Amino acid sequence: MNTALDRRAAVQALLQDRGDLLVISGLGSSSYDVFAAGDHPANFYLWGAMGGAAMMGLGLALAQPSRPVAVITGDGEQLMGLGGLATAAAKKPSNLSIIVLDNAHFGETGMQMSHSGLGARLELIASGAGFPSVSTIADQVALDAFRPKLRDRAGPHFARVVISTDHVDRALPPRDGVFLKNRFRGHLGYPVS
Amino acid sequence: MAASDTPTTGPDWPLAIYEALKAADVRQLCYVPDAGHSRLIRLAHDDPAIATTVLTTEEEGVALSAGAWLGGQRAVLLMQSSGVGNCVNMLSLLSSCRFPFLTFVTMRGEWAEFNPWQVAMGKATPAAFDIMGVTVFRLERPDDAGEMAAAAARLAFDSDQAIAVLISQRMIGAKKWTEGK
Repeated sequence: MNTALDRRAAVQALLQDRGDLLVISGLGSSSYDVFAAGDHPANFYLWGAMGGAAMMGLGLALAQPSRPVAVITGDGEQLMGLGGLATAAAKKPSNLSIIVLDNAHFGETGMQMSHSGLGARLELIASGAGFPSVSTIADQVALDAFRPKLRDRAGPHFARVVISTDHVDRALPPRDGVFLKNRFRGHLGYPVS
Repeated sequence: MAASDTPTTGPDWPLAIYEALKAADVRQLCYVPDAGHSRLIRLAHDDPAIATTVLTTEEEGVALSAGAWLGGQRAVLLMQSSGVGNCVNMLSLLSSCRFPFLTFVTMRGEWAEFNPWQVAMGKATPAAFDIMGVTVFRLERPDDAGEMAAAAARLAFDSDQAIAVLISQRMIGAKKWTEGK
């Protein structure tokens, strides 16, 4: 049996009372989880660009220093962009949180075991990259304790959320990137030119 | 003295690019370093109005530029031609979402190159951009730098295009190995 957190419930809990939080989600299940927690114009769902979620979050966090930014992605997506952890840590944006939903598998492609399942420790990699704040979240208590950090301006934060491999139904956000981009910028007050 | 600090004669083209980027309100600059970009990188680091980010690999800069635009800022990516191939899949982000994108690429492997390992990616650089829908400008003369950077920025940020300005290796000069030894 699997005692790890349910990914949908975990993301829903992280995003409750989200306030002015801006969210980038990594392709695949992470985008479905963020959408299932409640569609919002301040969500940008990636459907591709694997390995780029954290860097998109960094560019956004630097552009919007007064807004908290959360990247919510999976272990496979982050593993493809491990160098980006060093880049984000070197830049130290205090308003950025990178949250990796870690089920130790590539869930979209047949549940092959990922490096995380084969011994890679993402929280140690983030710590070694220079993140000043690293959390491992394996239960609801830790999840509730972490949530205020999304807004505490003491980042960048890195959190590995240990999630179950149990199946969840797909919840598909819009796939039109131009729509998602314009909706996001419109939310921030930038008109479509 | 490092090779990158070798005094140059002729027009100060990195300054011309910097001034064009300032005029275009570019607020973020990210890079994988190259000696040919060292002066422009230094100008950006010295400017508190530009957030300057060093990358571990070039495709990070494609995603970072898209994130900056989502947040209302204009970004540029500096790299050398050997890094262009690293960007190919990430460039799909630009066409999928019609993100503006502007990169300045110092060329290797094309003019008096001493390192054969630089030649393959140098030769493939324009085609790699082309297959991903990035428009390529060729900067061959230092005197054209400011005007071309301004035109590229206008096309990128006002017309939502992805633009790569390839800076000729002839402009940068052959890499020198003697200084600092």
